[in-house]
Amino acid sequence: MSSVHHQEQDQLIEKYGYDDHFHEHHEGDKFQFNFLTKYIFSMDHKIIARQFLFTGIFWAIIGSAMSIIFRLQLGFPDASIAWLKPLLGKWIVLNDAGVGTLEPEFYYALVTMHGTIIVFFVLTAGLSGTFSNFLIPLQIGARDMASPFLNMLSYWFFFLSSVVMFYSLFLSTGPFSGGWTAYPPLSALPQASIGSGAGMTLWLVSLALFVVSVLLGGMNYITTVLNLRTKGMSLWRMPLTIWAFLVTAIIGLLSFPVLFSGFLLLIFDRSMGTSFYLSDIFVNGMALDRIGGSPILYQHIFWFLGHPEVYIIILPAMGIVSEVLSVHARKPIFGYRAMVYSILAIAFLSFIVWAHHMFMSGVNPFLSNFFVVFTLIIAVPSAVKVFNWISTLYGGNIRLNTPMLFCIGFISMFISGGLTGIFLGNSAIDIQQHDTYFVVAHFHIVMGVAAFFGMFAGVYNWFPKMFGRYMNDTLGKIHFWVTLIGAYAIFGPMHFLGMAGVPRRYYLFDKFDAFSGFDTMNKFITIAAIISFFAQIVFVINFFWSMYKGKRVTSQNPYGSNSLEWTTPIDAGHGNWPGKIPTVQRWSYDYGKDGIEFTQQHVPLREGETPSDH
Amino acid sequence: MTSLIIILSVILLFVVLIQIAKIYEIAEEIKGEEYSEITSADSNSKGLLIFCVVFFASFIWGCLYYANYMLGYGPLKSASAHGGAIDSMFNVTAFFTIIVFVICHIALFWFAYQFRYRPGRKTLFIPHNDKLELIWTGVPAFVMVILVVKGLIAWNEIMADTKKGEEHISIEATAWQFAWNLRYPGADSELGVKDFRLIKPGINELGQDWNDERNLDDFNADELVLPKGKKVRISIVARDVLHAFYLPHFRVKMDAVPGIPTYFVFTPTKTTEEFRQELKKYKEYQGPSDPSDPNSPPKWKAFNYELACAELCGKGHYSMRRLVKVVSPEEYEKWLTTQKSYYLSSIRNTEEDPFKGKPIGIELKSEAIKLESALAKALDTSNTNLADRTLNLNNIYFETGSATLSKESEMALNILKNAFEKYPKLKVEISGHSDNVGDANVNLILSQQRAAAVKTYLKNNGIDESKISTNGYGMSKPIESNEKEEGRAKNRRIEFKILSF
Repeated sequence: MSSVHHQEQDQLIEKYGYDDHFHEHHEGDKFQFNFLTKYIFSMDHKIIARQFLFTGIFWAIIGSAMSIIFRLQLGFPDASIAWLKPLLGKWIVLNDAGVGTLEPEFYYALVTMHGTIIVFFVLTAGLSGTFSNFLIPLQIGARDMASPFLNMLSYWFFFLSSVVMFYSLFLSTGPFSGGWTAYPPLSALPQASIGSGAGMTLWLVSLALFVVSVLLGGMNYITTVLNLRTKGMSLWRMPLTIWAFLVTAIIGLLSFPVLFSGFLLLIFDRSMGTSFYLSDIFVNGMALDRIGGSPILYQHIFWFLGHPEVYIIILPAMGIVSEVLSVHARKPIFGYRAMVYSILAIAFLSFIVWAHHMFMSGVNPFLSNFFVVFTLIIAVPSAVKVFNWISTLYGGNIRLNTPMLFCIGFISMFISGGLTGIFLGNSAIDIQQHDTYFVVAHFHIVMGVAAFFGMFAGVYNWFPKMFGRYMNDTLGKIHFWVTLIGAYAIFGPMHFLGMAGVPRRYYLFDKFDAFSGFDTMNKFITIAAIISFFAQIVFVINFFWSMYKGKRVTSQNPYGSNSLEWTTPIDAGHGNWPGKIPTVQRWSYDYGKDGIEFTQQHVPLREGETPSDH
Repeated sequence: MTSLIIILSVILLFVVLIQIAKIYEIAEEIKGEEYSEITSADSNSKGLLIFCVVFFASFIWGCLYYANYMLGYGPLKSASAHGGAIDSMFNVTAFFTIIVFVICHIALFWFAYQFRYRPGRKTLFIPHNDKLELIWTGVPAFVMVILVVKGLIAWNEIMADTKKGEEHISIEATAWQFAWNLRYPGADSELGVKDFRLIKPGINELGQDWNDERNLDDFNADELVLPKGKKVRISIVARDVLHAFYLPHFRVKMDAVPGIPTYFVFTPTKTTEEFRQELKKYKEYQGPSDPSDPNSPPKWKAFNYELACAELCGKGHYSMRRLVKVVSPEEYEKWLTTQKSYYLSSIRNTEEDPFKGKPIGIELKSEAIKLESALAKALDTSNTNLADRTLNLNNIYFETGSATLSKESEMALNILKNAFEKYPKLKVEISGHSDNVGDANVNLILSQQRAAAVKTYLKNNGIDESKISTNGYGMSKPIESNEKEEGRAKNRRIEFKILSF
């Protein structure tokens, strides 16, 4: 690519673009006049996106490091971890021989925090927060979000939520330890577990703040996509990333308030003497005087968010993969409309399947019939997406760079993890598989690893747009290969554990004959987890090193991509386009059309060219 | 020191990695962007193909290696009647999903290889293909219908509760941090009511209400003992937080919820011993059960079914174990007779007992049975032992210090009445006796009055009074020493002496 091309783009924008008189604000942006407002309390969506990304990376390191500690316990229960005592203090108990073991209480706290952190702070805020913020205005041709101020608040509520959660890690009674789903009565009764004391209070405060953050962000994303699209950008011309972010925000807006109400009732139960979730309880030598509640009610409320939450995590990853896959395969995404409809179908269905997490929780078995039907229907739009991604590769000219490799890894993970969902969604099989390692394997592959792969694809792909430099491709490939093999080495064997009936959330397996005897496998999994963890450190080093030392981006559109973010200057300021806003003339996936490698969205139809039928 | 070395070497490793990456980058710059794009596409697409092969190979190896540890494939077949349906559902799902798994992965990795970057390669412009998309929407939908229908048929059969009047064994499993309590209903086949407010740790763990007679014969077992081939309904409840009742070998799992009892109905089909014999055939189960002790019994011999908790309930979640034993129905009946009612063995006549010092239904019943057999013996013409013709009516009770018959006596009195009806010629003497406490005269009169009260009852119930003579002996005819309360209790009695029949 050359600077000539650069100029051509600018000329096109100058010729066809929409003049919103942005350039008449002579200083460009009156809200960015010092370091504090430019980098800390910034209202520029690109800065806020980076803030979300950095915070997400911070939490990802903590969350995955926690998993390494509890994997050490599971893989090497007899090995001394006294060397972790400087970090974990009293949670490591030394015996007379100096052998340090992890306290069961803290094991469960680690498991709980790992889940909470990865699900909410990394894969919701870190993934959707980063890319929705970064890409929505850039790809739809807007100068910023509809409300940059609310957008800034969205990050700072997340930040506050993070601070509270981080603080809870250092409590003398430890952070919350009752599982990331926080089922009462365990979570409601401090006398049932020490982690349910101050740790749980802070957990609730933190997640309440988090809900505020998600809602502020979500309202903004929806408003921006619906109202601030540039001229010509009809809904059916939008990149699939935008469709995914839009639908994700809608799901979040509908489901997070329900979770909040559930938390509110839990707060009442914990501190105001109500009994929404409590009945017939005798704990710690005393009968609780409050009756009439139902612990299952909480599960309904929780999973009414909890299941859509799974799609809040995976839809943005799907959107990113669809876009990156198409760009680097140099082909239009196959079945664009089917992809959109399947996103909508998945989003709709995600609201009527929540009780498949509760087949074995004591709900009326008759009720489960409906949830089985709806759950397995989700397999259909998911299958359509997989087949369409694979078809997108067919007949392409595939650049196997790091983002593309992560897309392929994502599809593989989504296939593997999605298929095991068909087992678990069938209530009859769930009788045996529920709460075993089969479930652990399933959801880690399909919404953990797959979502991370989507996120990595996005980070590697848009890093040049974010920082004006490339990430190192060799380190990226090392990262990809170790992570791909490592992730399957960790979670593949867990299917066998689950099929042997081994329950999840066990601190030790040797209390039961049926669950012991997999020592070698557990060691293998732990070693694979440690290696994969170090591969993520490679990513982090690559990320920060490339920010300052990476190869500089020299052309405006390095990938030959169609979407509008690549029409902005390499180092775009607040407002994204220095002059006019580009107007959109065509679909965003005109790759290889009429023998031309790519045609950007703001390029008018050539003479005699018919708009793409998609 | 070692940790310092480890940290240093890890840092060094990362430095080396970064240097390698830098060198690569410089080399690529020298060789040109297009050249590096081609070599990257070549090496990585081949990598993906190799990965695909290794991936499938390790999948197959894993399946073969773990087959005999996995439920349903090797010897660990379901030990319950419904479990087979779950296992077969699993296999049908596995059949369809493995086909999709293999085809999709081959297509994914092969396309990535076949269409890897080549300068100037013309790409196909195919935005969509309605026919193709219709097919791959329709086929998964069709397969899902099969799975849903088959799955729901199995589900609704397995989860059906017992019908009214259907023969089954009721057992209650109560969970708390961090133990299981297993309660059997006793002879009446019914579990008594309970209330969590009545719980007293160590005394009344379940909060059983002792005023409910059904509680009095309930017993708790250390192991879940089940008869082979009999339908079992486990009523599942928790005392504090959520737990889950999980029997992996039986494909049974259900949450235990405080305040909301749940249930699971199943039929064990293999005794523990039969299951051990199955395991014996596989080499995986022939090693010593304790790896550190080569002389320990082989694994198959040490095998036991187990009950576990499958819902996070706190720091001891991983340790809530109970043994499960499946035995033949005969052995089960035998086992039942060795179990003692918790009430009778631990509560009866303690401060907790609302019937302290009073007769209770099950005692009356067992006394009545004894009386009936004693009567039969006494009225047996071939029995020449005259001592048998004097019966001690242990279960005739009076209000304290009076000759008023209490209600509990009716059962015994009716047995006597029936005997008079069956043997029209029966003539008896009913005599009252007392212990040596109190005034002798008062005792004598009371014993006479009490004997007369029995006669009056029988007379009022249509027995000719001429058949019954009464007598009161006071403290004059003790059958035991009056020194101890037990002896005195035995001396306070009504005797029923058969004169002729």
